[in-house]
Amino acid sequence: MFGLILRRLMLAILTLIIVSIIVFLAVEALPGDMATAYLGRDATPESLANLQEEFGLNRPAVTRYFDWFGGVIQGDLGDSLVRRKPVTELIGNRLRNTVVLAVASSLIGIPLAIFLGVMTGLMRDRLPDIIISTISIFAMTLPEFVTGTILIFVFAIRLKWFPAITTVATDAKITELIPNIWLPIITLTLVMMAHILRLVRTSMIDVMVSDYINMARLKGVPAWRIVWRHALPNAMLPTINIVALTIAWLLGGVVIIEAVFNYPGIGTLMINGISDRDLALVQGIAIILATIYILVNLAADIATLLLNPRLRTAIAQG
Amino acid sequence: MTVANPSYSNIKDTTPDKPKSPAGEVWDNLKRSRGGMIGIGLIIMHFVLVLIGPMITPVDPQLMDATVRREMPSAEHWMGTDNTGRDVFSRSLVGGRILITVSLIGTSMALAWGGFVGILLGFVGGRADDIIMRLVDAFLAIPWLLFLLLIVSVVGTEPWVQALTFGFFYGIPIIRVARAATHDYVTREFVQAARARGESKRTVVLRELLPNVMDVMLVEGAMRWSWMLLAFTSLSFLGFGVSPPAVDWGRMVAENRQIMALQPWATFGPIIMLSSLIIGINLFADALAKALGLDRSQGAPL
Repeated sequence: MFGLILRRLMLAILTLIIVSIIVFLAVEALPGDMATAYLGRDATPESLANLQEEFGLNRPAVTRYFDWFGGVIQGDLGDSLVRRKPVTELIGNRLRNTVVLAVASSLIGIPLAIFLGVMTGLMRDRLPDIIISTISIFAMTLPEFVTGTILIFVFAIRLKWFPAITTVATDAKITELIPNIWLPIITLTLVMMAHILRLVRTSMIDVMVSDYINMARLKGVPAWRIVWRHALPNAMLPTINIVALTIAWLLGGVVIIEAVFNYPGIGTLMINGISDRDLALVQGIAIILATIYILVNLAADIATLLLNPRLRTAIAQG
Repeated sequence: MTVANPSYSNIKDTTPDKPKSPAGEVWDNLKRSRGGMIGIGLIIMHFVLVLIGPMITPVDPQLMDATVRREMPSAEHWMGTDNTGRDVFSRSLVGGRILITVSLIGTSMALAWGGFVGILLGFVGGRADDIIMRLVDAFLAIPWLLFLLLIVSVVGTEPWVQALTFGFFYGIPIIRVARAATHDYVTREFVQAARARGESKRTVVLRELLPNVMDVMLVEGAMRWSWMLLAFTSLSFLGFGVSPPAVDWGRMVAENRQIMALQPWATFGPIIMLSSLIIGINLFADALAKALGLDRSQGAPL
């Protein structure tokens, strides 16, 4: 068991190293280097050469990669030459804002999705199931910017319940942040819920027709107990992975939702960084997002190992 | 027989005159699904628009009429006009041409190279399999949007470059699917039997594996296509898509969002068109999976 977890951990570290190489190479391939971005229009061949010398951009890519990755491990993402600040400082509050948005949506979305998934699974093909399933298919298949735009039209323009865009400062306190960002939270929650809800519904339907549930019914176990004690734990297992996948996917989707609402998060920062060729910033954001993805997946893998009774015994015997 | 069992005579002979081809059988199954037929209908409608869209627009999509800026729908402008007085309905009709063409080419490319590598890895296995799957996992750990934005910033947004970009990028996850599907079939009896018969590797792959993996790939292709559409429009919404004057739904939404309080139809037009296409593809993919006897309920959203 411990060995298996250790193996997963090693694989995660290996993946992270490969990711760092891919990210470095991809950013390296962007036209223009930091020196050209720094000097902008005033660049002359001499000043360019001087600056490249100063920043060490003339060194071979391998040396620069090890420099950069060595810094990343120690929590130093380098300096943004376009914005003339350390990357960690630029990312700090932005990352916090994105995390606030993601955590708030997960706290509302995941329990609600599991509850609605169980409900629709039990009420299969009746009116509430049909309504909820249809809405979730729409939320799942339409692009985030379409869902966000429709919600803005309904809630901000027609009903005037929430502001259409978020007008909070990047370093606003969390208590100031939350009341202003209901609409992005609702959008993210809706999109995220759809995936989880569909899966819980399907596995609930599968579990409810299984032999052991029939057995429990025949024994006269009360219905609520069948659902909570017997069906739900088994229906939940595939859900752990889908939750992890959803969170990982969110890291991409949240960028678009931030852009729709003009939210000061890491996504809008990333788009700006790419637009003005802020290489250090883009590298930094990429490696942070990839690390989160890998950690979430690792956590899901370990949770599945710990929770799955069949895997557990197989490991104990093997 | 008839005398001993008179009830038999009432049963119609349902044996088909000639055995149906596998494709014909799938089509029969598809025809029975209402969602699938709606999906196919929507997809065909969009294909027709790609082909003849510019010929049937009531107003020139590029015409800026300063006298009718931000007008609500009227007999002349069915969906009103946008900020510069262009006809929203006409623009919505032609706004998907690049998107659909690029994503179709991209999907075919992704299926071809991802499928080839995946089947090969699944069949051969060994060291190369380990290394390439590590690389694939690492690629998938980078948020897709960031990666696409990076590639697009490097290579640009010309349509054929976009098609290559998407074709390359979406082939990576397909390697995984094709490999898993191959693994799934390699251990089945009919493949084992072919191997035991001493068939060449070529025959086993082409005649036994490919037709079965193909089913999985078809459904996968339909889903990838809809995700590619999502990615493409999302990029153009963010300003990393086709450049003006080309008309594109994603960019129309981004531009016309500003005047949504005054003229919501300028935003609804492209949204309706885009949504009908994506939902059409999803309905079709679902029905196709059922018609082929594949269960898509366990599918991951990646």
